[in-house]
Amino acid sequence: MMKPTTEILLAGFGGHGMLLSGRLLAQAAMEMGSQVSWLPAYGPEMRGGTANVAVCIARDQVGSPYVECPHILVAMNAPSFDKFAPKVKPDGLIVYNEGLVPNPKQRADCTALCVNAQEVAIAAGNIRAANLVMLGVLVGATELVSDDAVIAAIESEFAAKARFIPVNVAAYRAGVAHGKDGRCAQSA
Amino acid sequence: MNKVFSYADALIRKPFHYCPGCTHGTIHRLIAEVIDELGIRERVVGISPVGCAVFILDYLRCDMFQASHGRAPAVATGAKRCRPDLVVFTYQGDGDLAAIGTSEIVHAANRGERITVFFVNNAVYGMTGGQMAPTSVPGQRTTTTPHGRNTETDGYPVNMSEMLAALHTPAYIARVSMHAPKEIIAARHVVKKAFEHQLAGRCFSFVEFLSTCPTNWGMTPVESLRWLEKEMLPYFPLGEIKVPPADDTGGRMP
Amino acid sequence: MKGNEAIAEAAIRAGCLHFFGYPITPQSEIPEYLSRRLPELGGCYVQSESEVATSHMIYGAAGVGTKVMTSSSSPGISLMAEGISYLAGAELPVVIVNIMRAGPGLGGILPAQSDYAQTTRGMAHGDFRLIALAPASVQEAVDLTILAFDLAEKYRTPVILAGDGVIGQMMEPVVLPEATVGPPLKADDWALTGCVGRKPRKVSSMFLDPDELNAHNFKLKARFAEIARNETRFEAYACDEPLDLLVTSFGISARICRSAVDAARSEGLKVGLFRPITISPFPMDALREIIGRSQRVLDVEMNTGQMLHDVEMAAQGRCPIDFFGRCGGLIPSAEGILEQIRASLAQLPKGGVP
Ligand SMILES: Cc1ncc(C[n+]2csc(CCOP(=O)(O)OP(=O)(O)O)c2C)c(N)n1
Repeated sequence: MMKPTTEILLAGFGGHGMLLSGRLLAQAAMEMGSQVSWLPAYGPEMRGGTANVAVCIARDQVGSPYVECPHILVAMNAPSFDKFAPKVKPDGLIVYNEGLVPNPKQRADCTALCVNAQEVAIAAGNIRAANLVMLGVLVGATELVSDDAVIAAIESEFAAKARFIPVNVAAYRAGVAHGKDGRCAQSA
Repeated sequence: MNKVFSYADALIRKPFHYCPGCTHGTIHRLIAEVIDELGIRERVVGISPVGCAVFILDYLRCDMFQASHGRAPAVATGAKRCRPDLVVFTYQGDGDLAAIGTSEIVHAANRGERITVFFVNNAVYGMTGGQMAPTSVPGQRTTTTPHGRNTETDGYPVNMSEMLAALHTPAYIARVSMHAPKEIIAARHVVKKAFEHQLAGRCFSFVEFLSTCPTNWGMTPVESLRWLEKEMLPYFPLGEIKVPPADDTGGRMP
Repeated sequence: MKGNEAIAEAAIRAGCLHFFGYPITPQSEIPEYLSRRLPELGGCYVQSESEVATSHMIYGAAGVGTKVMTSSSSPGISLMAEGISYLAGAELPVVIVNIMRAGPGLGGILPAQSDYAQTTRGMAHGDFRLIALAPASVQEAVDLTILAFDLAEKYRTPVILAGDGVIGQMMEPVVLPEATVGPPLKADDWALTGCVGRKPRKVSSMFLDPDELNAHNFKLKARFAEIARNETRFEAYACDEPLDLLVTSFGISARICRSAVDAARSEGLKVGLFRPITISPFPMDALREIIGRSQRVLDVEMNTGQMLHDVEMAAQGRCPIDFFGRCGGLIPSAEGILEQIRASLAQLPKGGVP
């Protein structure tokens, strides 16, 4: 069965910027003509715990914006991985940050992709762009949206702080390259 | 023949329902006269409280709100912020303003709302039958303090004027009394000044009237005037308690 | 746009330039947004000292003929009960947004539909009902915010926009009306504007004469009946054919139900979804008609079963009704609802399900 909606959960610590990654993804998909929703978990969960956001991308209509079992998980750190990896739908995709997820408990029925997001971000110019690396890996591996659309979303997001655009784009592109060649892929 | 007395134009010609010796009627009239003198009747929106004076609604010839118990300063805030050209006043008793509505009055004053508040302090809950008010004086017998207000359990009378004057926000705050003709004439000046501060867009203005409630105090009108003078004045000193710096416009509202 | 911001911007586009409110999660983006925008537009934003005060500030604002809004979340709405009753009694048009959270008491700040009963039964003392609109998407939150101002003005009544934490926090694409700032309130014939060249007016909910108050209450009731005739809105999704199971749900949970209903239908199950958009007045007749050709009903809510009573009233005992609820901040998943749909269908007498 074709899935009418792709459900993506992006998770990390508050401050990792996963909510922003999710927003850029939703923005890019919207610009490409899809229906999207972006639903952050808010409240006590946000303080000191995992900050996560559900992004749904659909051709015509997003049904439930609330995602319990995503098709795709992007996990920045171990707590996020541990909490959400078991919930990913069978045949799903898990993108995780090997720098902060030292002992991933792999799922036999999912594809896993890993990257050392902080390292790649440092190479791209700023450790804080690790969230863009993760987004890049996701897009590189799935081609859910086009690079142009993501870069346009980055440019509009950072319009007021234009000096941050190049490093974020560089980090994103580095992520895409990782995603494309599927390095670290540990498919079961 | 010279006309020496007439109804204020802003006062609707009908007999007051207030008890004999109650000063609400006199205070209504002072406000009406000043409204006439300032020529603002058609710009005025008044807000009546819950309490005996709820019927000021029916006595003033201007647009009037009826507000919930204690909330008149919030209603006034809404009206004045949306229509700064209107002249907005509230008229509230001591149960209304100094008990259930303390939060609303403190914060309206603190925001410096350009409204005028007339606060009628008769040291008792009039409408509900003479229960203790926050402004009842120590030892005062009421229907809920049969042995007199006990400061150990009920505290002391609340001095709203002094409390509001303690705020940093500039304001005009004065306390007047209705116990003698001389004081009533002084009160009229204060009412006028209070409106003028609003008209100049200068500051929040607040007039506390020491007032009587012969019925619930269980006294004749004359006895109540003496009681006010003797028992209330020591707790509630008269005069201008706070005046705004002359040049203060707070940088807000025309 | 984020739901809360979309509601705030929609209010401006509806012509609302005055807002009074007190902070509470999960609706704080509404006052935050408006505190920035309204002064730019020549309106005002006032942070009140409490929701009690807020409810009376909007009474003052509407009474002088201003299009006005406030927003809060469940505990704050309870504090507004007093003002809401006065607003209803004095027939003042205001829009009150409730981005519901989980209760009772302080409860939690996560999304819930905990205030259905409070919202649809008048919300406060006295004898009255209000219009309450329940959006299921950010776009609908925008559309219903604008509708809320129209209905408030047309019928001179407070209107409640009953959202929840998901609607408030979620971001979705929205189309806003073109007018950047809508028209002001038309209130020439009743607002307190200073009695220049006319008789003084009153804005009051006080009727000490019992005959007058009796007449006033029946007038309000007749108006609500008129609103029910003209303004009741609902969505009947996949309800054209006779149904083995009708799912009833409102707001965000109905949106989730829709995914579950789609999944069920793709398995060939005869399942439809009924979603009231005006949870008050409740689309009783429309629901009754659809229940009339359904075998069974499954009511799904983010509470312990509040709309259920209206569904029961519509069903009048004609078919069994199951209930599936999640509350406390839990959100039912489409998968969970699908399971319930299967469980409900399994209850049908043989031959009912393929
Ligand atoms: C919420 C609420 N609580 C209580 C009352 C009952 N009530 C009506 S008037 C009043 C006291 C009024 O006293 P005060 O403000 O001193 O005015 P006065 O009647 O003395 O002029 C009370 C408690 C009410 N109307 N509403």
